[in-house]
Amino acid sequence: MMLSIQDLHATVADKEILRGISLTVSAGEVHAIMGPNGSGKSTLAQVLAGHPGYVVTGGSVTYMGQDLLEMQPEARAHAGVFLAFQYPIEIPGVSNAYFLRTAYNEVRKANGQEEVDPMDFLDIMTEKLQLVEMDEAMLQRSVNMGFSGGEKKRNEILQMAVLEPRLAILDETDSGLDIDALRIVAHGVNSLRRPDKATIVVTHYQRLLNYIVPDFVHVLVNGRIVKSGGKELALELEAKGYDWLIEEPAAVGA
Amino acid sequence: MSSAIDQLVSREYQYGFSTDIETDTIAPGLSEDVVRIISAKKNEPPFMLEWRLKAFRRWQQMTEPHWPNVKYPPIDYQGTSYYSAPKSAKPLASLDDLDPKIRETYDKLGIPLREQKLLAGVAVDAVFDSVSVGTTYKEELKKHGIIFGSFGEAVRDHPDLIEKYLGSVVPYSDNFFAALNSAVFSDGSFVYIPKGVRCPMELSTYFRINAADTGQFERTLIIADEGSYVSYLEGCTAPKRSTNQLHAAVVEIIALDNATVKYSTVQNWYAGDEHGVGGIYNFVTKRGKAMTNAKISWTQVETGSAITWKYPSVILQGDNSTGEFYSVAVVNNMQQADTGTKMIHIGRNTKSNIVSKGISAGRGQNSYRGQVKVMPRAENARNYTQCDSMLIGNACGAHTFPYIEAQNNTATIEHEASTSKIGEDQIFYLKQRGMSAEQAVSMIVSGFCREVFKELPMEFALEAQQLLGITLEGSVG
Repeated sequence: MMLSIQDLHATVADKEILRGISLTVSAGEVHAIMGPNGSGKSTLAQVLAGHPGYVVTGGSVTYMGQDLLEMQPEARAHAGVFLAFQYPIEIPGVSNAYFLRTAYNEVRKANGQEEVDPMDFLDIMTEKLQLVEMDEAMLQRSVNMGFSGGEKKRNEILQMAVLEPRLAILDETDSGLDIDALRIVAHGVNSLRRPDKATIVVTHYQRLLNYIVPDFVHVLVNGRIVKSGGKELALELEAKGYDWLIEEPAAVGA
Repeated sequence: MSSAIDQLVSREYQYGFSTDIETDTIAPGLSEDVVRIISAKKNEPPFMLEWRLKAFRRWQQMTEPHWPNVKYPPIDYQGTSYYSAPKSAKPLASLDDLDPKIRETYDKLGIPLREQKLLAGVAVDAVFDSVSVGTTYKEELKKHGIIFGSFGEAVRDHPDLIEKYLGSVVPYSDNFFAALNSAVFSDGSFVYIPKGVRCPMELSTYFRINAADTGQFERTLIIADEGSYVSYLEGCTAPKRSTNQLHAAVVEIIALDNATVKYSTVQNWYAGDEHGVGGIYNFVTKRGKAMTNAKISWTQVETGSAITWKYPSVILQGDNSTGEFYSVAVVNNMQQADTGTKMIHIGRNTKSNIVSKGISAGRGQNSYRGQVKVMPRAENARNYTQCDSMLIGNACGAHTFPYIEAQNNTATIEHEASTSKIGEDQIFYLKQRGMSAEQAVSMIVSGFCREVFKELPMEFALEAQQLLGITLEGSVG
């Protein structure tokens, strides 16, 4: 078992968003987290990556036998946790190539591997760029500056391809993508599927799951997982929407 | 995030040691007699004494300017000594005769005063307490007809050049601190590049303040004759002391027709402690005059000093002349900076370019003050100004004071300004990619300053980045 989340509670600005989430992810699996807006999907992704704006108020997360919640965000990255951001951040004046190389070398250093020099790194990049159909010119541009929405998302997948994380969390990577970009992103993710790696795909729509086929689908409503199933659950959600799942707990409450 | 900023803010000042050395220091106080003593100690010709005295008389009628956006207690001009020199600082037959203590000081600062391969490509004039103590590569430069050495030597050996150009860009009456400097300056660097000569190495002056309770007044004069080129670097450090010390320097550059002068500064005077005790008052006048097709480019990285007050400027006198100003100014703790430039367009088709990056942390206050003036005859003058401020933390300030005056309606003047704050989200993004918080801040600040750093010669770019606690970006490729 790679990741075990037990009864996780978290707040942002004193408002409880996650209200008891339990989830287990094993190597080789792809899990989709679906749910309506405001259900806590992105919060779960941010909490797993260690964003300081979220406060964990209860529960536990074990990753590769370690207490993930005790680890600094960079230590989580070193241990192979990668978050593809819903809104990638712009860093003016820092070239994409330098940023990627620094990230790559930091992860290597933390794992006792030698740093890679810029020339060797360029070779690695050339291969990874093809995966997401990005031009080499992208490497010289400042990180995410002036990138279109689709370019930013592809840039996230490029980083993922370079860092080869053990656990990748894709936070609404499909939002704002046209069908071509979606296909490219999905191709990138699929070609990184390995028996020793796992992926959590957070999405509002079923559309992405036509391309990245999940092993498990979980529906998050009001900070709890209200239903889990196989890939067919995503199709059911596509047909029926989320309302039938939202009304259930409301009826219990009344 | 706060820990990264704290680390960045609380880095120890590495150059805070002082050297115990015998000095020839005159008693505190300022009068005509003091001016005469200084001139006599330097064996100056009568025209220099006359010039100093005129400056002194003018200074007495002037009042200290208080328009800069900085605050400090009144300066006691009679409580300061106006001349201090290492006793051993007489003209040296060779650098081997340099006082070992002074050599050791520069070694500790990482400026070896030996003509060795380590510093090949950079000639250094070392100024210790306002007195030039040694210049490297003099002979090599002489072969090209280049004069590089102390100001005092130049007054002795080339009085014609001094008399012709001294005060031609910054007159003694220019401002309060320039007048004071003109009256009492003790030494500094002098450069002359002959017609059509491209200076084969970087010239550099390394200023070191050592003595306590003395004012520091150097004067630098650079003359680039027609069609010549020179790149000049200036570095500065001072010991940690709990009292404030006044540093009022003047730099004049003359770029004759078709000449190019590039002047780079990494200013790292002692900044005072986190409570604002001690530190240098860096009140400096720097100005260049560019003749036809000439170009003067100022690049500065201002990280030190309790207070910085300086506006490296260009008078675009000749047609088609170009002025550039690239600046990174950092304030931390209680530091204050009021810095910027003046671009005075007089000739036709003159161009100026201003890029200013202000970084404020701790309780520092950072002001950009810039003037762009287009005179009536300056047809087709062009200026582009970009002025960016970055705030780190919640207790600092950034201010911008642009002054734009166009007296010719063919002028094109652009001014862009931005203010940003290092955000938690930016730092988190970089941490999620495996970087430490400190690395994240460094990377963000480094990116912010990139346009300025790329103007620095390589040796200085490294030093500048280190000063900012930054790992060098893009050093290869």
